[in-house]
Amino acid sequence: MSVDNNQGELWEVFIQSKNNLPYKHVGSVHATDKEMALQNARDLYTRRGEGRGIWVVPSQYIVASDPEDDASNFDPSEDKIYRHPTFYVMPEGSKNI
Amino acid sequence: MTTQEMIFQYCLRMGDTHNVLSHRMGEWCTNGHILEEDIAMTNIALDHIGAARAWLMYGAEIEGKGRTEDDLAYHRDERDYVNMLLVELPNGNFADTIARNFMFDAFSLLYYSELANSSDSTLAGIAGKVIKEAKYHLKHSSNWMLRLGDGTEESHQKMQTAINEVWRFTGNMFEMDELDQALADAGIAVDAAKIKDAWMTTVESAVAKATLTLPENNYMLTGSKEGIHTEALGHMLAEMQSLARAYPDAKW
Repeated sequence: MSVDNNQGELWEVFIQSKNNLPYKHVGSVHATDKEMALQNARDLYTRRGEGRGIWVVPSQYIVASDPEDDASNFDPSEDKIYRHPTFYVMPEGSKNI
Repeated sequence: MTTQEMIFQYCLRMGDTHNVLSHRMGEWCTNGHILEEDIAMTNIALDHIGAARAWLMYGAEIEGKGRTEDDLAYHRDERDYVNMLLVELPNGNFADTIARNFMFDAFSLLYYSELANSSDSTLAGIAGKVIKEAKYHLKHSSNWMLRLGDGTEESHQKMQTAINEVWRFTGNMFEMDELDQALADAGIAVDAAKIKDAWMTTVESAVAKATLTLPENNYMLTGSKEGIHTEALGHMLAEMQSLARAYPDAKW
């Protein structure tokens, strides 16, 4: 999206809900600079206490896979169940693995 | 006047100020220039209504006449309102709102940083909460002032006009009458005159950074502590209070 529409660039927003947890994509905001992007993300996506950390990234820098490549990208892993860590016993008390 | 009565009056001054500013920010709802800013401004409105509520609840408790914070907010007339003049100024264009809020936010952060040391634990508690919000509000308003001031020729002009317009309402924030002085001397409230230099430093530096200038005219309007307001407040209160007065027992 260009600046010409007066809404600014599009930025992708990632929120960390608690310390040490991974950042998750939650949506996007418009902003004309990184400070505004951070503030807008804060106002839109953390107003109900959802976050302890925010990342904003200009959408143009997100490199996405092509849905047409789904078959070659993702199908080959379907028959490799041994890659799932379900054959192990989870250590007692461990979380967020 | 007893100390209790003075604290009650003080709570009205602070509570009214936040309540009026909250309503002004609420007026931006659905009128923001982009969705994100619309939400930012209504978030700020909610911060101020929270602060207003805390002040007016405490005021009602101190008064001890069975009134609630809602009674104080919605069933007092313009002449009874003792909010700072600055915050009642109409929203105008976006630059007008930013100029008004910036002047107040810079004051608010310094003021509450001092109030956090109040000997009254309820007031110190309110201050602790509001400081965090004020920091964010100041960031919001000063960033926008910078973008507009140092933006296009048109945005610069609008921002400069806005600063010029609000300037004469800023002195009112630092006025100290006998009541203020008595509470400040007792360690309950803040001596606003003492934070004026720090405020001026904040304002001058942010205004200069935004390539703007402060007016040289230092004629300042006064009257808020006696309930003398600009013509804007009456219209605002008429709208703000209409629901509560038409349906006094209305509930969510």
